[in-house]
Amino acid sequence: MKISFVLNGRDVLLDTDPLRRLLDVLRDEFNLTGVKEGCGEGECGACSVLVNDKIMYSCILPVGSVDGSRVLTIEGYRETERYKVLQEAFTEAGSVQCGFCTPGFIMAAEALLSEDASPDEKSIREAISGNLCRCTGYSMIVDGIKIASRKGRGLW
Amino acid sequence: MGDYINIGRSVRKIDALSLATGADKFTDDYEIHDPLYIAILYSPVAHAEIKQIDVSAAEKVRGVVDVLYYGNVQRVLHTTAGQGYPEPSPYDALLFDRRVRFVGDRVALAAAETREAAIEAVKKIEVKYRDLEPLFDMEKAMDESAPRIHVDDEYTKIPAEYRPEQNLAAEIKIGFGDLERGFNEADFIEEQSYRMHYASHCAIEPHTSCAYFDDRGRLVIVTATQVPFHVRRIVSTVLDIPVMMIRVIKPRIGGGFGGKQEVILEPLVALVAWRNKRPAKVVMSRKEVFISSRTRHPMRVRLKTGVKRDGRISAIEMDCLMNTGAYGTHALTVLANAGGKVLPLFNKIENLKFHGRSVYTNLPVGGAYRGYGATQGYFAFNQHMDIIARRTDQDITDFFKRWHIREGETSAVFKALGEGKEGVSQVINSCKLDECIDRGAGAIGWHGKRGKRIESGRNRVKGMGMAIAMQGSGIPGIDMAAASMKMNDDGSFNLYVGATDIGTGSDTILAQIAAEVLKIPVEMIIVLSSDTDLTPFDTGAYASSTTYISGGAVEKCAEDIKNQLLDTASVMLKAEKDSLKLDAGKVIDKKTGKKVPYDKIAYHTLYIQDQFQIQAQASCTASESPPPFIAQFAEVDVDRSTGKAEVVKFVSAVDCGQPVNPVLAEGQVEGAVVNGLSYALCEDYIFNSKGRMVNPRFWDYKIYTAADIPEIITIVVNSFEKSGPFGVKSVGEIGINGPAPAVANAIFDAVGVRMYETPMTPEKVWKRMKEEGVN
Repeated sequence: MKISFVLNGRDVLLDTDPLRRLLDVLRDEFNLTGVKEGCGEGECGACSVLVNDKIMYSCILPVGSVDGSRVLTIEGYRETERYKVLQEAFTEAGSVQCGFCTPGFIMAAEALLSEDASPDEKSIREAISGNLCRCTGYSMIVDGIKIASRKGRGLW
Repeated sequence: MGDYINIGRSVRKIDALSLATGADKFTDDYEIHDPLYIAILYSPVAHAEIKQIDVSAAEKVRGVVDVLYYGNVQRVLHTTAGQGYPEPSPYDALLFDRRVRFVGDRVALAAAETREAAIEAVKKIEVKYRDLEPLFDMEKAMDESAPRIHVDDEYTKIPAEYRPEQNLAAEIKIGFGDLERGFNEADFIEEQSYRMHYASHCAIEPHTSCAYFDDRGRLVIVTATQVPFHVRRIVSTVLDIPVMMIRVIKPRIGGGFGGKQEVILEPLVALVAWRNKRPAKVVMSRKEVFISSRTRHPMRVRLKTGVKRDGRISAIEMDCLMNTGAYGTHALTVLANAGGKVLPLFNKIENLKFHGRSVYTNLPVGGAYRGYGATQGYFAFNQHMDIIARRTDQDITDFFKRWHIREGETSAVFKALGEGKEGVSQVINSCKLDECIDRGAGAIGWHGKRGKRIESGRNRVKGMGMAIAMQGSGIPGIDMAAASMKMNDDGSFNLYVGATDIGTGSDTILAQIAAEVLKIPVEMIIVLSSDTDLTPFDTGAYASSTTYISGGAVEKCAEDIKNQLLDTASVMLKAEKDSLKLDAGKVIDKKTGKKVPYDKIAYHTLYIQDQFQIQAQASCTASESPPPFIAQFAEVDVDRSTGKAEVVKFVSAVDCGQPVNPVLAEGQVEGAVVNGLSYALCEDYIFNSKGRMVNPRFWDYKIYTAADIPEIITIVVNSFEKSGPFGVKSVGEIGINGPAPAVANAIFDAVGVRMYETPMTPEKVWKRMKEEGVN
């Protein structure tokens, strides 16, 4: 089946099984390896991408379902000013340890901040509760998002 | 200490940027040209002999290239434990065996052109099992009537108690003084058993390995490992491929926590690649990680103490029974640590006995897991001491301060209990545990809240608990790390280390150590780590060794570079070497003020006069293992009607010597704390009656999310460890030891019931309250 969508700002068209996982299509067809697989069952969030600005687990999303949509991965998002603020804040706060979950957390942070530019602590914790991290204990990621929200005022 | 430019500063993790952008590569991100994909068939039964195995249907699946099982794979006994050689774990595992010993044991593999074909093929392998009686209860493992799990020629490489005919994978006995006399002198005896359960490391990156050939036909293994050099050695042994034909590369690693100290997948990708002369790749699913990789060893710890009225302990007996599962990986050393990292903390007890046994069962395999036995030992120890402090009417913080080991003191246990062999004597050089206790107590408001049973709502009551712990810094007399450096034209340096950054930030802190010696910003150090062709040796990322031992190698190496810089500068500046010093990327003559920058020195040595390259290498071992210390405090809110214990605040105060990078050190402690809380309260392996784990997925093996965690405070209490580079000790593991006992003590403080068993789920707390009649 022919599927077309906007991937990181570019129109793409591919002929593939619509039931293929979006994760596999992103990694295998487009070499977007910033999208990680940690559990394959929509629990850990390492594969998070934005589909029409909503945070989604690409490991449980059939590629057919994004036909006609906008898909943003870390590789597209990292070109933005917002990303640079988040990256700076994550680095400063110690939010990155092994880094395997980091792209997913950054996408979740973007999804949150685009809805609420100055979220309180509870909203931050809820917004990233779909992403698992075993290294940091989360507090440093929450701090990173707080710093980004402060320093990126006006961007979101 | 104030004049450090890199040590003690939270410089940015050198790989943070490339990790955040998603650009830095993990194993599964390597583009391997045209690999064979491997799928593995696991045993559905806990204990059986394979009567018959038919792979013909699997071989016929389109795209299948190779199917491997015991019938066509060499039989080489080994251990998957990635430890130094000779490994202290028994040689009791084969790549594939006729016998399966747990649900999740490997039966066969299929290698195919696509992942799908490989998965389809393993489903078509027909296996007929002859069921054997399974053994699930570790308490019965040594009974005469118990089924025997290892019946062939398993053996140990080191002299150790190993009796597979009794399902005994390891046994340790030590003691000193006169136990009976000690108990007789006591005013009362306190005796209890404490149990800790299975857990999965849950590194978010699953175990992943791939292998390919370089242009000269050598085998290159890229793998998610904590122990690249042990991987090379073990693969070489198991597959009979010369070490020189193997290169192991460790890319970025998505967390380890001990789980990737096992050499599980590497021999499989190597074997498939070697047989088929094709690249090969395998990625475990989350379910496979849960059922077939490694776990925290469950342990039952019985503590018996003789106690004087004033709280002095006249005798202590520690009896540990550890379930190592189907294979004896780390069976001896985790067991040793349960005593060796715990008992020296109370070093004034004159009469002591430690007896530990690790036994085989038909359950998942234990392995290295952050804390490494100390976690299990401290769960028992800290609750037991809380009981004694209460029985002798003392605040546990005062009790701990009175009895813990101090600077200048030693414990006979250090020598008696090593890891696989006798330990080493050591005197404590640095211990700021009193300050940890005081500052932690202050931060949580201990004295205002403990014992108050403050009502926090209808049927809700608060309690306070605390725990102390020590760990080690590397394995003395066993671990070895090496580093090398060379200078570039622009005054930058390449630093090559065998040390393995698994997400901890060791690349960063090792660069900080080198940069500190050379008085340059950390950005001037280019780190390459863990490539067996390019970097020097290191035993790997385990035993809390990297900062202390690998850091020691880097410091020595950088000191050599410094010496060469001074030699060259003294020629260039026509100055006495003694009057020179390094300062901000230059060598300065203190007498004349003349200076020469590093790039000029490099240029001089590379192109101008008496040409040579400024380069050095150094190795480091340790003759002692200075313990870091920690005090941890939990404030818990218990719902009496449901038994739910919610941690509302958790404080850790840690003495890790001089922290190299405070943010990274705090990150280690906080990560360990959250793992420890999640383990203490909700993570659990649930088995059915046939030994099958029924919850091998994140939605019902629940690990904490950001929404579940309490307020967490981490205090780094500086000390100076004179045996470590720049005064460092370790910090990677220690933080996981306190959460479970601190929470258990807090639950007691709140509702008056002892939780002798983890996880402390609402059901269990509620049941205990029923038993004690307190709700």
